Amino acid sequence: MAVTERLDGPQDPPVDDTGGPTSGPADTPRTRRRLGPSPTIAIVFLLPAALLLGIWVVYPIGYSIVRSMYDSTNQVFVGLENYGTIFSDAGTLKTIRNNLIWVIVAPIVVTTIGLIFAVLTERIKWATAFKLIVFMPMAVSLMAAGVIFRLVYDEDPDKGVANAIMTVVHDTFSSSQGYPEARAREGDQSPVAAQEDGSVVTKQPVESGQTVLIPIVGVKPEVMPADAQPAVAATGGDGLSGTVWFDFTPGGGGVNGQPDPTEKGLPGMTVEAVSDGEVAATATTAADGSFRFDGLPSGSYEVRLPQENFTAAYNGLTWLGPTLITPAIIGAFVWVWAGFAMVLIAAGLAAIPRDALEAARIDGATEWQVFRRITVPLLSPVLLVVFVTMIINTLKVFDLVFIIAPPSVQPEANVIALEMWRVAFGGGNNQGLGSALAVFLLILVLPFMIMNIRRFKRGES
Amino acid sequence: MTTATATAPAQSHAGAPRRNLAGRIVDRLGSGVVQVVMILLGLFWLVPTLGLLVVSLRTTEVNNAEGWWTIFTKPAEITIANYADLLAGGFGASFWNTVAITVPTTILVIGIAAMAAYAFAWMEFPGRDLLFLVVVGLLIVPIQIALIPVAALYGQVGIFGSIPGVVLFHVAFGLPFAIFLLRNFFIGIPASLLEAARMDGAPEWRIFVSVVFPLGKPAIASLGIFQFLWVWNDMLIALVYANPANQPMTKYLQSQMRQFGTNMDILSSGAFLSLIIPLVLFFAFQRYFVQGMMAGSVK
Repeated sequence: MAVTERLDGPQDPPVDDTGGPTSGPADTPRTRRRLGPSPTIAIVFLLPAALLLGIWVVYPIGYSIVRSMYDSTNQVFVGLENYGTIFSDAGTLKTIRNNLIWVIVAPIVVTTIGLIFAVLTERIKWATAFKLIVFMPMAVSLMAAGVIFRLVYDEDPDKGVANAIMTVVHDTFSSSQGYPEARAREGDQSPVAAQEDGSVVTKQPVESGQTVLIPIVGVKPEVMPADAQPAVAATGGDGLSGTVWFDFTPGGGGVNGQPDPTEKGLPGMTVEAVSDGEVAATATTAADGSFRFDGLPSGSYEVRLPQENFTAAYNGLTWLGPTLITPAIIGAFVWVWAGFAMVLIAAGLAAIPRDALEAARIDGATEWQVFRRITVPLLSPVLLVVFVTMIINTLKVFDLVFIIAPPSVQPEANVIALEMWRVAFGGGNNQGLGSALAVFLLILVLPFMIMNIRRFKRGES
Repeated sequence: MTTATATAPAQSHAGAPRRNLAGRIVDRLGSGVVQVVMILLGLFWLVPTLGLLVVSLRTTEVNNAEGWWTIFTKPAEITIANYADLLAGGFGASFWNTVAITVPTTILVIGIAAMAAYAFAWMEFPGRDLLFLVVVGLLIVPIQIALIPVAALYGQVGIFGSIPGVVLFHVAFGLPFAIFLLRNFFIGIPASLLEAARMDGAPEWRIFVSVVFPLGKPAIASLGIFQFLWVWNDMLIALVYANPANQPMTKYLQSQMRQFGTNMDILSSGAFLSLIIPLVLFFAFQRYFVQGMMAGSVK
């Protein structure tokens, strides 16, 4: 049994349900009018709901509109000044900009992912399990989702799984162990010299069979790998070999330019053998700092430590910093809502007549053409419903931003709904401006309200 | 919608196409890729919650020292100390506050909305269609619009900060969707059933209780679970209207967010406890939904 049947009912945005059960009112009014109860009884049935909606929803709309034209003390009438503040204050303008990013990015991403998932689940046997997993975040509070993603986005790759994955992927493609601020030992005695591009290169050409010593100084203790072994001067042999080590004896002593017994190798350095400006071979230093280019054609080479060795190790991204905070929170939003989109679109997909798809395939259409020309157009009503629902949700987004953005970064991630709360209740203490923000939010969802009503009317007639 | 989706699985199996050998090989390869991609995506959706669970089962010292994924090599580090600490603090009270807010809200929404939905579906009164359009319009009103006015109102009446205040706010904002959903379901009840009852002279409240309500069970069950989840998971309304003595879990946990790093033990275990009941309900009601949909599609 597909999850679809169970999940789509109540989640289904209103507009789609209206076609609903078959025996609609169309064939009943005549008999109903004759037998139906008096309007008085109808009023009794409606009264509790009408009172609650009137006092808690309808009356507050009017109150907020009036309140938005008074100042924070509610004593002075200021007209539209609060609205002027919304569009002139740098902080609120930033919230509007952020909401705009949300509205443009999040609905498209959620709908697209929902569509992809819905199509892909048709091709696996464990579709039910997949749908359950992806839909699960819908049952979880946004507060809990926020805590979950605070952990995911932790900057330390030893804590946050996002940066852990990114560093693993990064290190797979570039294995450098970073030694920031480390540099080659300077001076005439030193066999190597720093280049302008930050790399370290041997001064004399080296033949294969020879050994190279590359003394490095200025390695910071905190970047010294725990597994580094005492450096050993390479002994030659086949190919080109050598040692990269930290040429510094703690407490003094030792010979500069020679690996002394207490000096440690620098593991994980990328070493290149360069011939005529071309990299002929690449090696990585071992725990004792030794490296060897095997099977190198004879000839003379420069041995080079590329500049990447001297930059800090890659630690992923600062997800919760000012630059990435909004995209990061949108990521959490997508995680929460993708299941909703997927389940709705999957229900739509299941309702597409298979004959139409098969006919197109038999006529030689490729899968992509079938998808692009038949599936998507037939799905467009469902896609629109998902898309619009997501726009409304992004306009109202609050919890995720409030929880995921650390207090210091919150101004950068701020959105209208959060700013409204902050201004009116979270310390701002300006209910005039708060009301104006609430009305602004209502105006933003107004077009969708009208759209819902129109669509409902069309469905009823 | 109901009918269409209930028959869907049959359709998806019916049209399995016949293909030539090359096509089948391509399909097989493609399906292998799809399998792998789907497993990765599934992990992508599962891993964040798994991370929360593991973090909640380790001490702060361990969590600060290494990633939660090292649990697979060091299962001995699991401890329920965080949960013990959490329950010894203020979390237990906030859990019961969440229950005290969620259960009455769900019951009230169902009862009040069912009455109104019955009136909208099966009674004639002037302005019915217009009023229902208002309900449709109210479906997406942002709750922010009511925060300030209702706070002022509660201040005057003296229920600001109390659980009834929180409950009533939730009920009011739950009603538009509830009325909408139930009305659309009730309207599908065969007219003959209601007419027979009315012909027998049964009073309306009786028809409502013994005919409409039982027939509406599938929709009411769906509404119930979603209403329950919405209120259980709410933070904003609690943030504004619940004082610290009456705060639900979401607000309690939010108050611990400021020191995220040092409070990770409380936050992770609290967040996990807060989502365990929604998850259990979500899985348990899957079955109920199937039955409801089946019953609804027999018409």
